[in-house]
Amino acid sequence: MATNELRELYQEVILDHSKSPKNFKELDDASHQSQGHNPLCGDRLTLYLSVVDGVIKDVGFKGAGCAISTASASMMTEALKGKTEAEVDVIFGAFHDLVTGKVAEADADILGKLAVFGGVRDYPVRVKCATLAWHTLRAALAKAEEAVSTE
Amino acid sequence: MTVSSNAEISTSSLSKRDFDVERVRGDFPGLHQMVHEKPLVYLDSAASAQKPQQVIDALSHFYAHDYANIHRGVHELSQRATKAYENARLKVQRFMGARSEREIIFLRGTTEGINLVAQTYGRANVSEGDEVLITTMEHHSNIVPWQMLCEEKGARLVVGPIDDRGELDMDAFEELIGPRTKLVALGHVSNALGTINPVKEIIELAHERGIPVLLDGAQAAPHISLDVVDLDCDFYTISGHKMFGPSGIGALYVRESILEKMPPYQGGGDMISSVSFEKTTYNRLPFRFEAGTPNIAGAVGLGAAIDYLNELGMESIAAYEEELLDYGTEALRAVPGLRMIGEASNKASVLSFVLEGIHPHDIGTILDQEGIAVRTGHHCAQPVMDRFGLAATARASLALYNTRGDIDRLIHALETVRKVFG
Repeated sequence: MATNELRELYQEVILDHSKSPKNFKELDDASHQSQGHNPLCGDRLTLYLSVVDGVIKDVGFKGAGCAISTASASMMTEALKGKTEAEVDVIFGAFHDLVTGKVAEADADILGKLAVFGGVRDYPVRVKCATLAWHTLRAALAKAEEAVSTE
Repeated sequence: MTVSSNAEISTSSLSKRDFDVERVRGDFPGLHQMVHEKPLVYLDSAASAQKPQQVIDALSHFYAHDYANIHRGVHELSQRATKAYENARLKVQRFMGARSEREIIFLRGTTEGINLVAQTYGRANVSEGDEVLITTMEHHSNIVPWQMLCEEKGARLVVGPIDDRGELDMDAFEELIGPRTKLVALGHVSNALGTINPVKEIIELAHERGIPVLLDGAQAAPHISLDVVDLDCDFYTISGHKMFGPSGIGALYVRESILEKMPPYQGGGDMISSVSFEKTTYNRLPFRFEAGTPNIAGAVGLGAAIDYLNELGMESIAAYEEELLDYGTEALRAVPGLRMIGEASNKASVLSFVLEGIHPHDIGTILDQEGIAVRTGHHCAQPVMDRFGLAATARASLALYNTRGDIDRLIHALETVRKVFG
């Protein structure tokens, strides 16, 4: 039974992305870059963005983290390509509402595959893992100087 | 062999035989609950220990019947509260093996104990170019206060290395004790690795060179018998909440000859004899270091925790836990893909580990779903993690109320972890 509940959190697609993350690379031509840190679990990631005319052309990340934070970073990078900053804000808003349990159902139109993170809502201490990459993204887009911390 | 040591041995083997863990468990109401529909297995005592009913009752009784402010009141309740508080100090003195209750300062815990020494003794004795010597395996609370002091004074923090098993490199450590070393500060037992440091040997080495030694006893006090006189240490500090007492109370032992010369820590009420705007004279020891109304009930609760430990006997607790730690170590080593972090030959309580390909935080979440409480993360000892090239470990820590059944549940739940990540 506990295993079934855990399957809600650790869905196959999340496990796959955590084991073989997509866009796990540095960008030589990054226009934006930021570091994220979750002191609770020691997770660290660096996010690289190539933004041209307000549109995210390419994105990569490096770092080490738990399954949730790695999968979240991986799937976020897939969702970002071709999006404008305003579109990114909308997706992050929907994602944040989903993982914090503000909404019961994922907005599939906005979130697409990211809806698999719905299971995180039952694990409040893991919300920071799921949102680390996103907070780092916002800092990168804001050209923040300081590393982002979830604390 | 003398008659008295014979008697000691027979008492100790008797109590070892008598250690009844089921009776002990019965004293801890917090252990008997369901978590995620599973009976709780509490393996996080190195972070904070559960409390026996005896401590809960002592707090409750004190607040219900004997509570008032201490030391200044002439009325009955104040006298009762003062007596209870000072009686607790005597219990701490005996528990630590100190010569006099004047050497025991109540404070919030180990962190405050170390900060007190850094801010009083440290500021008075450490100057530009001097060194404070610690080890790689220190908790942040035995690193940062010294960094702050060194930064203020232009002094240098020197760090003794550890080997792959998590033992202090004694040769290197001895080399690092130099002409500018003003203080040696280290953990008696490491919270991240469980290593019991050879503190007596270190104190001897330091004292040969006239250097005082501080021991952070947070992780030692719940597990091994303390004797500050036998150790001959100069400062020793403990936290109540790790030894089955309340949080927010702890104690610092300081050798009286050092304490007499130490400048006061915080100013305020209770630490003075008289105050005028021209001159304030400070109170006698140890009250000079206890400004303000302290955690009175906390001290009473700590006294009750010490009574509890004494009744069981530290020797028999240590013997029981050693056996349990061996059982746990062997069981964990048999888990495929598991690497133990901290394999010192002399260890207490701590089973720190990583699983290949699975982040400790994920382990922690899955174990929690199985009703098992462990700690995951850097355990406030990031330099230890760096030493082993890790961001985090999972840590199961044992206390006197844990059983082989708890270990078996942990091993079984680690199977679930591996299944989920199949």
